[in-house]
Amino acid sequence: MIVEGKKKIWSEYQKDIPDDHYFYVRSCIRQNFFPASEKVFLDIVRDRLGLDFFETPHHTTCGGIAYHSDSIPQETLMTIVARQFALMTEAGYENYVCSCITSFGIYNEIINTWFHYPELEAKIRELLWEASKREFKIPKSVVHASDVIYKLRNKILESGKYRLVNKTTGEPLRVVEHIGCHYSKMFPSKGVGGAEYPYVLTGMAEAWGGTVIDYPERRHCCGFGFRQYLVQANRGYSLSNTHKKFESMAPFKPDMIITNCPGCPYFLDRWQYVIEELEGKTYGADSKGIPVFTYEEVAGLVLGYDPWDLGLQMHQTAVEPLLDKIGITYNKEDKYKI
Amino acid sequence: MTDRVLIIGGGPAGLEAANQLNLLGYKPVIVEKDDTLGGHLAKWDRLFPEGESAETVLYKLIKPVEHTPVYLNTIVEKADKEGNNFRVKLSGGKEEIVSAILVCAGFSLFPAEKKEEYGYGIYNGVITSSDLEKWFKTGKGVNINNPSKVGFVHCVGSRDEKICNRQCSKVCCVTAVKQACEIREKFPDSEVFCFYMDLRMFGRKYEDLYLKAQNKYRVRFIRGRVSEVSEDFTGKVVIKAEDTLSSKPLKVSLDLLVLMTGMISNNSIGEISGILSLNRAEDGFIEPSDSITKMYDSGKEGIFLAGAVTGPKTIPETLSEARASALAIHNYLSNKALQ
Repeated sequence: MIVEGKKKIWSEYQKDIPDDHYFYVRSCIRQNFFPASEKVFLDIVRDRLGLDFFETPHHTTCGGIAYHSDSIPQETLMTIVARQFALMTEAGYENYVCSCITSFGIYNEIINTWFHYPELEAKIRELLWEASKREFKIPKSVVHASDVIYKLRNKILESGKYRLVNKTTGEPLRVVEHIGCHYSKMFPSKGVGGAEYPYVLTGMAEAWGGTVIDYPERRHCCGFGFRQYLVQANRGYSLSNTHKKFESMAPFKPDMIITNCPGCPYFLDRWQYVIEELEGKTYGADSKGIPVFTYEEVAGLVLGYDPWDLGLQMHQTAVEPLLDKIGITYNKEDKYKI
Repeated sequence: MTDRVLIIGGGPAGLEAANQLNLLGYKPVIVEKDDTLGGHLAKWDRLFPEGESAETVLYKLIKPVEHTPVYLNTIVEKADKEGNNFRVKLSGGKEEIVSAILVCAGFSLFPAEKKEEYGYGIYNGVITSSDLEKWFKTGKGVNINNPSKVGFVHCVGSRDEKICNRQCSKVCCVTAVKQACEIREKFPDSEVFCFYMDLRMFGRKYEDLYLKAQNKYRVRFIRGRVSEVSEDFTGKVVIKAEDTLSSKPLKVSLDLLVLMTGMISNNSIGEISGILSLNRAEDGFIEPSDSITKMYDSGKEGIFLAGAVTGPKTIPETLSEARASALAIHNYLSNKALQ
């Protein structure tokens, strides 16, 4: 591995991430999968760092799951997105930040499509007006919430309580970073670090003391892939994708996985349990799994949040081995406290 | 009118044209941006299809022009038409008055790091065809230590819409076959794979080399493109590809992956076409006035073209074109003299 080569690519894929004043939109599914992540994100940026992140209860799904499972046509998707942009415009914001990678891909795809086909944008404006009497401006900036945490990574470290370091050996933790496919594979320039060697999560992991593993199936899908999972008959295919990734990363002995997509942490976490049940195989040390985290959860751990306030008890693969490695204090009895 | 002709570029085209112009009684002057003559040929070890020594070929080209004036490390900064002549300002404050200009600015090899998915500059086991040739020639540059499995990826930076290079680079197919055979000769126990889109064995004896690669050297040709490259725990290069003939995805671990980088237009072509107001085609190479009957003609009076400046070419093609250009310059200057 030639690190300088990666650094060169990373330097070529740096995007403009605004400092402040964001219109924040949540994911449809993350609050079920990893319920505290979005709350922690807002807590960090608003309460700890004093930034302006506005959200509205009128926000809906972006339509991405329906679109990618061929349930709605593109015009419907665009009109839904146009409504989101109208909510942002009405609230007086220009910087749009989303929690979901699928949505991030959708927004970039639509804005790019409108750029090339302005007549389609005009048609969507008409449809939105007919449906809701709303008008919108295209956001000045569309970023993913992980871009914001990436930008704030050093500030988070400054106020941090823990680092991604093995407290016994003093060695950096070995981190697998997994970005969502729709973060930069469609539009490499929209992702920090590009598509082939993305830096958004690597930058966080390195800033917080960890070292990142590059393994052969790093680019491979987590296993969600929409129809791989949404069509029940395909779920074996979903599982085999995840299995392939774990077989590939296992020789590198990772301590943890960090993700930035709604589906990825879910599948990398849950399918480990299924693989253990089916094959009796685990990929972490001491016959345990490899803990999987969202980037907000890792930021929360670095900042010293109580692991159970971060919702880590909702993970199928136990996180305690990682907490113990770092030396994070937690109360075992509080894990399932309601 | 003078009898001086400025040749821009001291590669095979420029050297051969200089020789021919000398023989025709003119006084060619070569301007070369690098510190040596020979262009890419000077960096090459052996040539397809029969493994001729590049050094010997280069010697044959340089020897006849050893007394021809050459400006090394020099570029053309300005060229103004003054009557029948050109007043050419060179870097370093030099100036030449010439009656004709021959543009032989050559080509560049595609920068392989732009195909990020192939990991050039990222993974130690990924090199380019140019790196391999340098290693064949000098044993330096890259670390190749008795590899057991070697892969060649054809069409890196050519025939590729994604990186805006649609043109075929023409010489890479047979170069890959040549290099694959050389690897098998040097490392007889190795397995060698060529991943190709089409094998364009257009030249005489190229097909023979391709057959020899299969029959004698047991090179395995797989019709399909490599989609991504990574590195495993032991440092081996892991590639994913598709065998389109058997419709199966492949994953192969290799000790060495060679990227066959294509010939592309270079910065020199951009600069000189701007200075001389020459037309460039969509692929960046200079557009001749007639691509069937007058490949040497720039369409601008007194300015001629030769070699890869008008697109990828083999060395024999380049040399033939250099001779054609020299003759065209002779005809042009003879007609001018008669007027």
